[in-house]
Amino acid sequence: MSLLDVMGPVMVGPSSSHTLGSLRIARFVYKFIGGIPSRVRFVLHGSFAETWRGHGTDKALLAGIMGMSPQDERIRDAQEIAARSSLKYSFEFDDLGEVHANTVLIEAWRNGKKYRIMGSSIGGGEIRIVEINGVSCNISWEYHTLVVVIRDVPGSLERILREMSVNITNLYLRRISAVERLATAIIETDDEVPEEDRVKMRENKCVIECYYIGRD
Amino acid sequence: MKFSEFVARSKETGLPLPRVILEREEEKTGVPREKLRQYIGGMLETMLEEANKKYGKRQRTLTGMTGSNGYLMRKASPKMISSFNHTAMVAALSMAESNAAMGRVVACPTAGSCGVLSGILYSLWKLENASKEELIDAFIVAGGVGWVISRNATLSGAEGGCQAEIGSATAMAAAALTYYFSRDGMKCSHAAALALKSLMGLVCDPVGGFVEVPCVKRNGIATNIAIAAAEMALAGIESVIPFDEVVEAMRRVGRSLPESLRETGKGGIAATPTARRLVEKLREKNGLAMRQ
Ligand code: SF4
Repeated sequence: MSLLDVMGPVMVGPSSSHTLGSLRIARFVYKFIGGIPSRVRFVLHGSFAETWRGHGTDKALLAGIMGMSPQDERIRDAQEIAARSSLKYSFEFDDLGEVHANTVLIEAWRNGKKYRIMGSSIGGGEIRIVEINGVSCNISWEYHTLVVVIRDVPGSLERILREMSVNITNLYLRRISAVERLATAIIETDDEVPEEDRVKMRENKCVIECYYIGRD
Repeated sequence: MKFSEFVARSKETGLPLPRVILEREEEKTGVPREKLRQYIGGMLETMLEEANKKYGKRQRTLTGMTGSNGYLMRKASPKMISSFNHTAMVAALSMAESNAAMGRVVACPTAGSCGVLSGILYSLWKLENASKEELIDAFIVAGGVGWVISRNATLSGAEGGCQAEIGSATAMAAAALTYYFSRDGMKCSHAAALALKSLMGLVCDPVGGFVEVPCVKRNGIATNIAIAAAEMALAGIESVIPFDEVVEAMRRVGRSLPESLRETGKGGIAATPTARRLVEKLREKNGLAMRQ
């Protein structure tokens, strides 16, 4: 924790783990899919499921998926704002298994594609994205984050890293499917990844999909 | 990181305590201290602005268990406490209620305990006519106290009980007040120690797990503990046990608290018949909990 973390942040209440953390998970999804989805399904687990409304978790999740920032006072009106928009949403409750007590699974549909992202709010507004489209991960979103689905063939990681003009802080690689020869690379950086890098990366033959989630 | 190191360094170098604290953050993060100060100034402004907006107003909180405490306190004229305390209490209750109503707060050190610092800084601003720079200095000293606690113990109720949240907030507020009136780092650390010792062992027992009961009222009352601790330190009263050791003790107490007394809503006042009844009612009314 830095001094500034202790002295802040500026946020909309009431709870850093139930409100701020859940908003950030949904906002991560909003940025990941590149905008507001046409439809979203929130599956709440554990303590999220038990106390969701009393902590405004429902409002925070909706606000986040619509791209609101944690300081936005419209969060409390998220339902009304969503109702006026074309966003379809639902809240469900389920046991998501061996995960943190404050975990939500978000299924979102946008431009004909379905995304499935699971995140946990681990306290003090900090989050971990633990699963993206079936691939487990552990993203803190403390950095600018690139999630790149690549061909799992020799040299492909090296080739995509060549497109990066900024310093890499962390790098993880996970195989998705040995049969289809796909892997997911998660790249975290301190500095913003410039648009040109991302364009080049998307054009790279080794890259199947590329998502950029800039830090707030 | 120890608070005594900040105090010693300020003494050795003759630099003001807030500057020493900021330099430490600058060393750690590489962000220049002018920038840090500017950012902190922004948070302070938000804090005062919000306190001004919500001061003594009725608010609609998420569960409805609180929402008119700031209002009632403002309407009453105090019989015993000073107007400084009274203003701090109204602001603290109002900010804690604003938090429960999904208003904007500065979560210093946490959202649930955001009223304490807001309350005393608001009083300094309104009644002492403290300048923005003086308030930033006091705020940074509070931050330094909280920072030391976060490094050596915890600021989370789920980990250490309410002593870690309201207790820490009160220690921070006591140090801020003492700095404002004395600029004396040693006195600040005594004030923080006295405050934290007074709340040592305080359990986290929110009714239904929601940050309203007892949280809101604890914010209001804690401003008085902070003011009392600061008055004592300013009078020259010293804490026999140094602040850093009190923090260590608080950490150990927190670890020995059973889980039922750490934000689970299962112990303390949360386990009383009235609390159970209230939660049951909320459940029926709002579908607050879906699991039976
Ligand atoms: S009782 Fe628990 S939730 Fe309420 S203010 Fe204290 S630590 Fe926070």
